[in-house]
Amino acid sequence: MLAFIIRRLLGAILVLIAVSFITYLIFVKIPGGDPAPRIAGRTATQQNIEDIRQKLHLNDPFYEQYWGLMKSLFSGELVSYSSQLNVVDQIKQGIPATFSLCIGAGIIWLFFGILVGLISAVTAGQASDRVITVLALIGISMPVFWLGLIVRYLFAQGHPFAFMPDGEYVPITQNPWQWFVHLLMPWWVLAVLFIGFYGRVLRGNILDTINEDYVRTAKAKGLPQKRVLVKHVLRNSLIPIVTLFGLDFAAVLGGSAILTETVFNLKGVGWYAAQAVGDLDLPPIMGVTIYATFFIVLFSVVVDLVYAYLDPRIRPT
Amino acid sequence: MAERLVEVKDLKVQFATEDGIVKAVDGVSFELDRGRVLGIVGESGSGKSVTSMTLLGLTRDKNTRFEGEVLYKGRNVLEMNESELQEVRGNEMSMIFQDPMTSLNPVYTVGAQICEAIQVHERADKRVARRRAVDLLKQVGIPNAESRVDNYPHEFSGGMRQRAMIAMALACNPDVLIADEPTTALDVTIQAQIIELIDRLKDEFNSAVILITHDLGVVAEIADEIIVMYAGRVVERAATRQLFYDPQMPYTWGLLGSIPRLDREKQERLHSIEGTPPSLIRMPVGCKFRPRCPFAFDKCMEEPDLVNRVEEPKHLDRCWLSVPEKRKLREATIQGEVAAA
Repeated sequence: MLAFIIRRLLGAILVLIAVSFITYLIFVKIPGGDPAPRIAGRTATQQNIEDIRQKLHLNDPFYEQYWGLMKSLFSGELVSYSSQLNVVDQIKQGIPATFSLCIGAGIIWLFFGILVGLISAVTAGQASDRVITVLALIGISMPVFWLGLIVRYLFAQGHPFAFMPDGEYVPITQNPWQWFVHLLMPWWVLAVLFIGFYGRVLRGNILDTINEDYVRTAKAKGLPQKRVLVKHVLRNSLIPIVTLFGLDFAAVLGGSAILTETVFNLKGVGWYAAQAVGDLDLPPIMGVTIYATFFIVLFSVVVDLVYAYLDPRIRPT
Repeated sequence: MAERLVEVKDLKVQFATEDGIVKAVDGVSFELDRGRVLGIVGESGSGKSVTSMTLLGLTRDKNTRFEGEVLYKGRNVLEMNESELQEVRGNEMSMIFQDPMTSLNPVYTVGAQICEAIQVHERADKRVARRRAVDLLKQVGIPNAESRVDNYPHEFSGGMRQRAMIAMALACNPDVLIADEPTTALDVTIQAQIIELIDRLKDEFNSAVILITHDLGVVAEIADEIIVMYAGRVVERAATRQLFYDPQMPYTWGLLGSIPRLDREKQERLHSIEGTPPSLIRMPVGCKFRPRCPFAFDKCMEEPDLVNRVEEPKHLDRCWLSVPEKRKLREATIQGEVAAA
């Protein structure tokens, strides 16, 4: 077990290096990626630009630049090219909003995804299953930026209701109730896509599992239907959902709720990433990339551990 | 006379499918007394598994129709509600399935799966159930049962899993044990052990056994009586010795002929019954075996009843051929000479 964890951690470090390096290369190669002319401004002379290049070490070989960037990022000294603000501090500031959004949305989508999948599998072929299938497909097909704007328009801006606050993040420490109310719409908007998707996946898993021989064995033992459904069907059907949830949740925590954060003006990590990409601002992009990669890698290890716990067949012996 | 446990009367099971109505079981009757072993033999699709699953109500579905009666100690299983059925399943009648690789839930320990039935049916607490599970595993011949009880199914070999299935089926001391092709998925060397085990435990637990198989060789050892099924109906029924010494139905001859024999002259190849079983949706007119039967004649366009035609009164069959004719044609078929000629 210990060997497994150590192996995964070493792998994680390699992944971090690879991802950051590739991101860096893409940035360097992108047309217009050179930050010096942009920092220097419209009326800059060649000398101004050259000074900036010197200051930012842009004339060094690219591997030295990469190394310098990573060193200052991990020592917490990296600053943005455009705003001159400390990258690590900015990410830290965004974390409460991002975590609040993701944890709440995660709970909602996991709970309702399982509920929806279970109901449509149990009533497979009946009217309720068909209705759920259509709703799930609509949920999956609606882009977050569109749904977010529609929801804001309908419930927050007075067409026809205005009982919800329109965006912004209120820290939980400041006012828990306002925190909750402000996040309700973003939570649901982010969760809807996942609910539809998880519901479909779980429905398929349950319908596969229900025809397994061991489910017939469980029935033949005389177990009550509910016990068969929960202990033998659902327990086995949920194993793939765990993987899915772990990776989706990590991605969302890592800032891939960019659209939701932007639409609802939640100043989280995703919002920060969106700003940085808009400005072609390398240091924050690198910072956010490392931050996101960290969560993906961490959760894929967690998923493996949970998976081994849930399915004895793949436990390392 | 021994206690009558199961009585099946003219059972019909039909499944409504998109292609039409599948007559999986079409008028099957038999009885089973305590301490006896009944063999049900037939090819895939002959309705033997559906018959046995219907005894436990496992074929119930909105697309399934039942006719006739399945009496367990005089109570009709077909008319029981779900909770009455749950009382019977695993507790009074239990079942062993064909493939032990897939019939155990991979995420629970073998012990937990055995305990489950005990806890549900006898409301026994965990410790009592666990002790029983260990005892059961010992009885079915699992070495180191005390530690093996906590193993997962994937840590067991195929034969051990089938033993564990048997232990699970016997957990609540049922009156009737239904074994649906219990040896089909196992090595030949393990097959005999499992059959012997079932035979021995039947006496220890004072139960009756229904043994379903497509292999007459498997039932020969332990069955008291054999039913041969074809296309959802019983085509021959006799005491085991009688069936082996004086089989009446050409289909039975075919089954007997397809057992590999070492005591005969070397055969060119193993004999098989020509053709495939009929569609259960559009059955042939008359005798259902007629299209595959090398001895079919005009009369076979009319379906023969399952009646006694030989000296032995309990031997029933469905074949129009006269008894002397059958006895003459039979030897040839079983030896595979008809197929060769």
